[in-house]
Amino acid sequence: MNRSQAKLTQGIDWPIVGLYLALVIIGIMSIFAAEYRGDDNVWQNIIHLNKNYSRQMMWFGVSLVLAAIIWLTDSKFFTATSNLLYAGGLLLLLLVLGIGKDVKGSHSWLVIGGFQFQPAELTKLCTNLALAKYLSSQETDFTKLRSRLIAAAIALIPAAIIILQDETGLALVYFSFFLVMFREGLPGILLVIAFSGIVLVLSALLVDKYVLFTIFSVITALVIYFMRREIKRKRSRLLVIIGVYAFCSIFVMFVVPFAFTKVLKDYQVRRIEVMLGKENDPKATYNTRQSMIAIGSGGFWGKGYLKGTQTRFDFVPEQSTDFIFCTVGEDFGFLGSVIFLGLYVALLFRIIFVAERQRSTYSRVYAYGVASIVFFHLAINISMTIGLAPVIGIPLPLVSYGGSSLMTFTMLIFIMLRLDADRQMVLR
Amino acid sequence: MSVFNQPRKRVIQAIILGMVVLIITRLFFLQIVEKKYAKLADANAVLRKVVYPSRGIIYDRKNKAILSNDVLYDLVVTPASAKNIDTAYLCKILNIDKEEFRKRIINAIVRNGRVRQSVFAALLPAEVFGQLQESMYLFQPGFELVPRQIRSYPYAAAANILGYIGEISPERLKDTAYSSYNSGDYLGLAGLERTYESVLMGTRGIQYLVKDNLNRPQGAYENGEFDSAAIAGKNLRLSLDIELQQFGEKLMKGKMGSIVAIDPQTGGILAMVSAPTFDPNLLTGSYRSTNSVLLNRDTTKPTFNRAIQATYPPGSTFKPMIALVGLDEGVITPSFGYPCGGAYYGCSRPIKCEHHDAGHAANLRLALSHSCNSYFSHVYRLSVDAAKFGGIRAGGLQKWSDYMNSFGFGHRIGVDVPSEARGIVPTPAFYDKMYRGSWNSCTSVFLGIGQGELTLTPLQMANAMCIVANRGAYYIPHFVQSIDNDDTHLLDKYKEKHVVAHISDTAYSAVIHGMTDVVESGTGRVAQIEGITIGGKTGTAENYGIVDGKRTKLKNHAAFVAFAPAENARIAVAVIVENSGFGARYAAPIASLMMEKYLKDSISTKRQALMKTVMETVTLDPAMVAKSKLDSLNNSAIIKKNGTK
Repeated sequence: MNRSQAKLTQGIDWPIVGLYLALVIIGIMSIFAAEYRGDDNVWQNIIHLNKNYSRQMMWFGVSLVLAAIIWLTDSKFFTATSNLLYAGGLLLLLLVLGIGKDVKGSHSWLVIGGFQFQPAELTKLCTNLALAKYLSSQETDFTKLRSRLIAAAIALIPAAIIILQDETGLALVYFSFFLVMFREGLPGILLVIAFSGIVLVLSALLVDKYVLFTIFSVITALVIYFMRREIKRKRSRLLVIIGVYAFCSIFVMFVVPFAFTKVLKDYQVRRIEVMLGKENDPKATYNTRQSMIAIGSGGFWGKGYLKGTQTRFDFVPEQSTDFIFCTVGEDFGFLGSVIFLGLYVALLFRIIFVAERQRSTYSRVYAYGVASIVFFHLAINISMTIGLAPVIGIPLPLVSYGGSSLMTFTMLIFIMLRLDADRQMVLR
Repeated sequence: MSVFNQPRKRVIQAIILGMVVLIITRLFFLQIVEKKYAKLADANAVLRKVVYPSRGIIYDRKNKAILSNDVLYDLVVTPASAKNIDTAYLCKILNIDKEEFRKRIINAIVRNGRVRQSVFAALLPAEVFGQLQESMYLFQPGFELVPRQIRSYPYAAAANILGYIGEISPERLKDTAYSSYNSGDYLGLAGLERTYESVLMGTRGIQYLVKDNLNRPQGAYENGEFDSAAIAGKNLRLSLDIELQQFGEKLMKGKMGSIVAIDPQTGGILAMVSAPTFDPNLLTGSYRSTNSVLLNRDTTKPTFNRAIQATYPPGSTFKPMIALVGLDEGVITPSFGYPCGGAYYGCSRPIKCEHHDAGHAANLRLALSHSCNSYFSHVYRLSVDAAKFGGIRAGGLQKWSDYMNSFGFGHRIGVDVPSEARGIVPTPAFYDKMYRGSWNSCTSVFLGIGQGELTLTPLQMANAMCIVANRGAYYIPHFVQSIDNDDTHLLDKYKEKHVVAHISDTAYSAVIHGMTDVVESGTGRVAQIEGITIGGKTGTAENYGIVDGKRTKLKNHAAFVAFAPAENARIAVAVIVENSGFGARYAAPIASLMMEKYLKDSISTKRQALMKTVMETVTLDPAMVAKSKLDSLNNSAIIKKNGTK
């Protein structure tokens, strides 16, 4: 009896399980705090599943069952079915485009027997598996451009379909796979370029395009002047400099204005502009403002659990889904928020630790994928509640209300734990 | 291997830490350095006032406002602060007793708790509001007056289309789909108000006001830096012509039935009358719940939108569709004739025809204009029995019902007001169940003349006319042509052209010629309008009902469908007048007058007499009218309106 039990949980990484449970329970408590009204009959609400917290408890139960099933599955199952699951995920996304249901302006939900389900959440898992499968295959040489392009395509094809479903926020998450690819050998210069790219986009949005164009011209002229010796030695350098200059100018002069008028939706443009302080649109600022009031009013110690006035009285919108961090910020203050963030950092670092101890590339890539997705969700979600990022609706992992999201993150983490337990095997 | 990549792990860890430090820095400023957020959240220092947006207005095709917003006031109570006030005086103003007062306070606590506002007395009549406003300072801060918008309808028409707004129900409040609503909020409960709730409602705003120690607002907090303005709901622009709608409602007075008029070129609905109808002003303000009960209980069922909720056998108006299927399947050609001698003898029981002279069904055109029953019974049987589908049961009827589905029958077309009925298109499975597997083309031969198991809504009949007029295409019929500053996809499906079953142009030409003959020289001559070619078809639908437990034949429903001008149709109409007999008698003149009014803007002097006769005709069952209180209700709405203005 004892021996079989020991065998059953052998190799499980308890710190991650502990952090997982802590975050989900904090999540349920926060959703409860956001919904609880002084005179509610809590037990009745839990039994009748008519509140978000009671439904989240149910999803937690379902997630634990999923976790158990995954734990009892053979690791080889995941490597063997990675590509199949990816193809299935893509089909599901296309299916949603056809027969999906509109919920809050995005066409990304399937309705199955009264439950709403968002396949775009689940395909993160499929994509992560497929990417791990591809990068670990013996034929893949990740130093080659061809392999890098294929890997990028695996990550971005689902994102493209999700953008067509008007769920741009979730689509952005797929860019987090570049962090995985960086770990697997994508040149660091690409990160620098990506960072410069972000700076370029921001400046293109904030500064008048003609002013920017002048600045670029001046910088280019100076660079050429100071590098004239190097250029004389190697003519191709001049071409590179002029190429970069031409790219930046075209980007600022044509690409950004085009994207703003033709590609992005009106409301997205408005949110970005509000975010950058260019426009003061009451509707777009309302959410962020209420959220900042709630968090800001928490002070150092917080108001105490269930004592928050902002989240309790419906001033904060979407308070159990995208803005769940408001409850933590208001009820537990700065101290609580820092501890809360600490839990996430611990989880992320532990996942990276687990990733690095893998022998098979498959498991390592997969684990880094989990870390990247969780990190990206965390960074964007918290930033939007405190006014650092525009409001793009992506949930806080394990904490926000939502069955699709909770189940996806559970599966992501437990598949990783399963792979980790079998780290002595070579998985491809 | 992994040793080689070790620095990259450090870079990723650094990125994570960097982001978290950035977030914590921001939190430090938000939560510790900055004090104004804490103050904003403090209800004792700053008064938070919700500003309600004005609801979107609905305009007709000529930019006339069909409804407008009036403001009435609710008295709301925050039970925790409602202490030490002159209860007796408040009761006197509101004309309630102490017991009632106590009951309402308890009710408020049960509904929303002690610290949240609940409605204490809704939509105060003007005189009560006046008295209260004067002495409001006596009852604050526990009680407050909150403005509410209610609708008023200057044209007193289109009640079933527009729908109404009312307070959100406690059940809905629990539903997550309505999470942005608070108790006491108004929302669209029927008609266009309900379908387009999300654009009409607008967004609530918030004002922060500094309070003094007596709880009196003293001006904006931090110069209004944290205020957000209410955003008005978006206006709807309809394809509806409100004058045509009013005209239609007048024509249908004293009758039961409906008119649907559609612009075939856009699918925009020009008028949708359901008679008897009621004055939409009855369902506004504080009288809504009383009147709503009276209307729902009325014997004439005025809240039942017959144009989309009632289904009728289409009778002979269905014959053009029978012809189209026959032509497309190739079982007949336009020159196909049938030797009808006054009845159809193809099945065991003869089906009577109105005509018996030789040659009245010598070709399709003649058969349509004379509405020959034998001809269309025969064409129906030819279509479903066609050998290429292997006969009626192997695939013939299935194919035929596929045609019907593509014409928009047997399913909801998707009009933008709720509660549309489906109608019935019989399928093989339907007959298998009905006749326990023993049936053939004779069992269902009545479908050929629009009788039997097939039923349509008037909207479906009118849409079928759009298909004929457009020669095989339609847009989903809809009311809303555009939404101001639209950023939704609500209207996308109405911009899409639906092509029907690829029936040939010659097939349509043959049918359209037959239908113009109907009005020119056939059964529908009464529908003629000077200078306009009309395609039309009369119909008389036999009507069975259950009387004293027995299936009994009741007086026939009159039907008329038409489109005009035939060459380039701008209006397609379907009219049903229940229990009024032959189609040409009432239905055809009504359709014709509607088309004249729309196309020529007025009724010619020659036809004024006809118009008057139609308006004055009463076909309603006198026994039903005697029990109905509808007229007196509608009159009360007019008196109320004139009285207050």
